[in-house]
Amino acid sequence: MHEMGIALEIIEIVRSSIPESVKRPRVERVHLKIGRLSAVVTDSLRFCFEVASEETPLAGAELVVDEIPVEAQCNDCGHRWTIDEPVFVCASCRGGSLTLLSGRELDVHSFQLIDEENDHAH
Amino acid sequence: MPIELFLCPKARHHKEGHPHHHPHTKGPSTATRTSGGREIRVVRRVLDVNDRMAARNRELFAEKNVFVLNLMSSPGSGKTTTLERTLERLVPEIRCGVIVGDICTTADADRLAVSGAPVVQVNTDEFGGDCHLAAHVIENALENFDLEALDLLIVENVGNLVCPAEFDIGEDRRVVVLSVTEGEDKPLKYPLMFRECDAALLNKVDLLPHLDFDADLAEANIWQIHPDMPVFRTSAKTGEGLDAWIGWIRDRMREKTGA
Repeated sequence: MHEMGIALEIIEIVRSSIPESVKRPRVERVHLKIGRLSAVVTDSLRFCFEVASEETPLAGAELVVDEIPVEAQCNDCGHRWTIDEPVFVCASCRGGSLTLLSGRELDVHSFQLIDEENDHAH
Repeated sequence: MPIELFLCPKARHHKEGHPHHHPHTKGPSTATRTSGGREIRVVRRVLDVNDRMAARNRELFAEKNVFVLNLMSSPGSGKTTTLERTLERLVPEIRCGVIVGDICTTADADRLAVSGAPVVQVNTDEFGGDCHLAAHVIENALENFDLEALDLLIVENVGNLVCPAEFDIGEDRRVVVLSVTEGEDKPLKYPLMFRECDAALLNKVDLLPHLDFDADLAEANIWQIHPDMPVFRTSAKTGEGLDAWIGWIRDRMREKTGA
């Protein structure tokens, strides 16, 4: 439900990272890393991104989403495992104190940029 | 109250004194040529701006010695009634303030104002109803409080078990309210919320005799997601369990402020 806000932030992050030397920027792809524990619905995000990116250098850009699994480490026995089911108890010693190593990501990793001015020059 | 700040990072950057067109990468951007363009590495959290604002709120709360609770739940869990009963027991001994997030009415704020605590209503209807309170909304709402005159600030978040869990607002502790008229499996369906919270209220227990709800199973599900999390069985209607809940708030406040 907050995907529109997320989409706008993504657009802002990418826009502000485009070097000023690029005269006619067009973003082809944006790579995101989204942890499985993040409260983001990817389909909603794509829809919001499509709408919000209109008339920006990101219009028509593809969102490539890397889904990051939830990795945990037990604070008692050190066991590391991937959480696939909503069970946050150590699979080895049944301890309940654990550190989440991944799964909460909501990151813009990189984007693919074209300068259309250069493209036309060739 | 207008809710545009989260959606308008430019304005904030100016406020923070940053020049406008700078890359936000932490290190230098690396650009490599690939077919049909170049790849620009960014590696930045999407909620970075919110997180930084939340950190700023947290610093301010620490400086003013205000303990902040973020109260979350699905709609209709009895959050507002619980808060009314909580304020009755805390005010005036503890100087409380409340921020209420609601999509478009002031009904909750009106109810809570009876307690005598200052209440600030934040409506999130500008874009058809925002689903959570973000850090900048709290920062804006703080202009209506004298923080020097507060010991405890309770934020009643928008009724929703998904989005609020994602947004740090600078709070000290997060609490989720689950009512027995919902399913026992709610914790399993909304694991992030139950992972992120520090305590849970299992509310409306006065209704248990009339329902098939298995309170033990609900608790077991909470602990499957967040082992050892304190769970308080409460009834805002009869007052059952509220003493333990309020004792928990006082203990956490003491931990922070040493008072």
